[in-house]
Amino acid sequence: MNTPDRRTASAIAEALAAGETTSVAVTQAHLDRIAEVDGAVRAFLHVDAEGALRDATASDERRAAGHPWSPLDGVPIAIKDVLATRGLPTTCGSRILEGWVPPYDATVVARLRGAGLPILGKTNMDEFAMGSSTEHSAYGPTHNPWDLDRIPGGSGGGSAAAVSAYEAPLALGTDTGGSIRQPGAVTGTVGVKPTYGGVSRYGLVSLANSLDQAGPVTRTVLDAALLHELIGGHDPLDSTSIDAPVGDLVAAARRGADGDLRGVRIGVVRELGGEGYQAGVLARFEESVELMTKAGAEAVEVSCPHFVHALATYYLILPAEASSNLARFDAMRYGLRVTPDDDPDHRPSAEDVMRATREAGFGDEVKRRIILGTYALSSGYYDAYYGTAQKVRTLVTRDFEAAFEHADVLVSPTAPTTAFRLGEKVDDPLAMYLNDLATIPANLSGVPGISVPSGLADEDGLPAGVQILAPAMADDRVYRVGAALESLLARGWGGALLDRAPELTGASS
Amino acid sequence: MPESSEHTITREQVAHLADLSRIDLSDAELDDLAPQLSVILESIASIQGVAGDDVPPTSHAMPLTNVYRDDVVRPGLTAEEALSGAPEVEQQRFKVPRILGDEQ
Repeated sequence: MNTPDRRTASAIAEALAAGETTSVAVTQAHLDRIAEVDGAVRAFLHVDAEGALRDATASDERRAAGHPWSPLDGVPIAIKDVLATRGLPTTCGSRILEGWVPPYDATVVARLRGAGLPILGKTNMDEFAMGSSTEHSAYGPTHNPWDLDRIPGGSGGGSAAAVSAYEAPLALGTDTGGSIRQPGAVTGTVGVKPTYGGVSRYGLVSLANSLDQAGPVTRTVLDAALLHELIGGHDPLDSTSIDAPVGDLVAAARRGADGDLRGVRIGVVRELGGEGYQAGVLARFEESVELMTKAGAEAVEVSCPHFVHALATYYLILPAEASSNLARFDAMRYGLRVTPDDDPDHRPSAEDVMRATREAGFGDEVKRRIILGTYALSSGYYDAYYGTAQKVRTLVTRDFEAAFEHADVLVSPTAPTTAFRLGEKVDDPLAMYLNDLATIPANLSGVPGISVPSGLADEDGLPAGVQILAPAMADDRVYRVGAALESLLARGWGGALLDRAPELTGASS
Repeated sequence: MPESSEHTITREQVAHLADLSRIDLSDAELDDLAPQLSVILESIASIQGVAGDDVPPTSHAMPLTNVYRDDVVRPGLTAEEALSGAPEVEQQRFKVPRILGDEQ
């Protein structure tokens, strides 16, 4: 068993810049780690060793010639399988896209390639990002590196587990209701959902267009800022992309790292805590607030009364948008095509093929949400369900606006519990949906959020996370406060939380 | 689920919705989905009455207007690339099953 490369992306970037290592060496070390532990973790759906090493070689040549393309040139990365990658399979965790190889790159992927980051492979996820545990992946669940019998969160459990298990220093995720932040919390890693429109959605296979946002999955806040600056900014190929600079996020993270929070007002959201939250998760959250207060922050309690309706609002809006988005999987132009059994009296029509394909190609949760969304959009029910949800969405946003008059950032636990056991909630959709209780409001209102590890819960010794939310376009605040909290906690722990994760003993375990 | 609940989805409704969604659900799936969806619907129906008539709906988190670009020729996918994932191809086109009904 080789020692994994535990360095952060920024440390690797410094070593590359100083000529102390090569991208080929770093990339190979991560490919070796994947080969050793991914049989047990199952974070990856596809590993592209050849492509990654080819890109690493090219990076080293650029570096030797004195022309790196970006600060992260040569630092390898893993990509959630919902983002289109030219020449690499993209399945969204679904049978209906098994073997599909996109002829184009998502904008965020193109930007990574243009910045010189070798792509290690594609990471596992709940089918079409519908879930909080990766158990809805058609290719089997990912396992939490802290305890292989537990879920890594979802939908982006593969990206979070890969980063947590040192299989990749960086990963990309997508967050529609918490799919970057909640996996971050339960795997002891950092995840950021940028402001809606701050990072291009072009080539991100849509779950719910008005909620989806791609973002960084990393082990430190600074690494997330470095990655965010690379992928963020205006994209003419995405009509919802904000035409404004992404902001100086790396500087905000570096500034925050000194741990000084004087002058920062922190709003503790009354509705995101208490009943339904695990005691150990709440204890770590309260300690984090106390630490930030000692570092000079002013903590105020804020009330967002409509947040209690955010979950229900989300589970009307999301299925409605998803049922419409997933209509594109029609078995005609790409993906699976299943032809029903030949009946001599009836040649299958395109519609027959479509029905058979969607029955065979979609999993249970996807079918559940398509049917629910179709219902919510049906004539006669539209006003009562979808229309009502859109109005409550307005009220959630008004709550944010009112709260941000009293606080610069809002804080809460990221997820109500630590990682639960595989299989524990997979047959209880409502119990599964509750994992996103605290993360969903940000998606409804488009505001940015980060999850930072807050420690281990006393009951089970598993990681918990603190979520920090900021107003739209103020992503720099989540980096400043996130980096400060990370730094304050690390001083107390004498190192990073992940240093306490158990050693993975490989696929044979 | 009590039969009296106004948020119950019946098996027949699920079958109709599956038809609209172009998914051939099996009998077992229809049996499972009706009660599952009723439980979910019962739970999310709680938001009815939360917002008054004067509250405008939000379809999108960010205020957006139409985005236009100049109508100029730009490079796109080649025919070969566009067809690369097609289940069936004929004469540089997507080959699809019959679209019209048997009698048409």
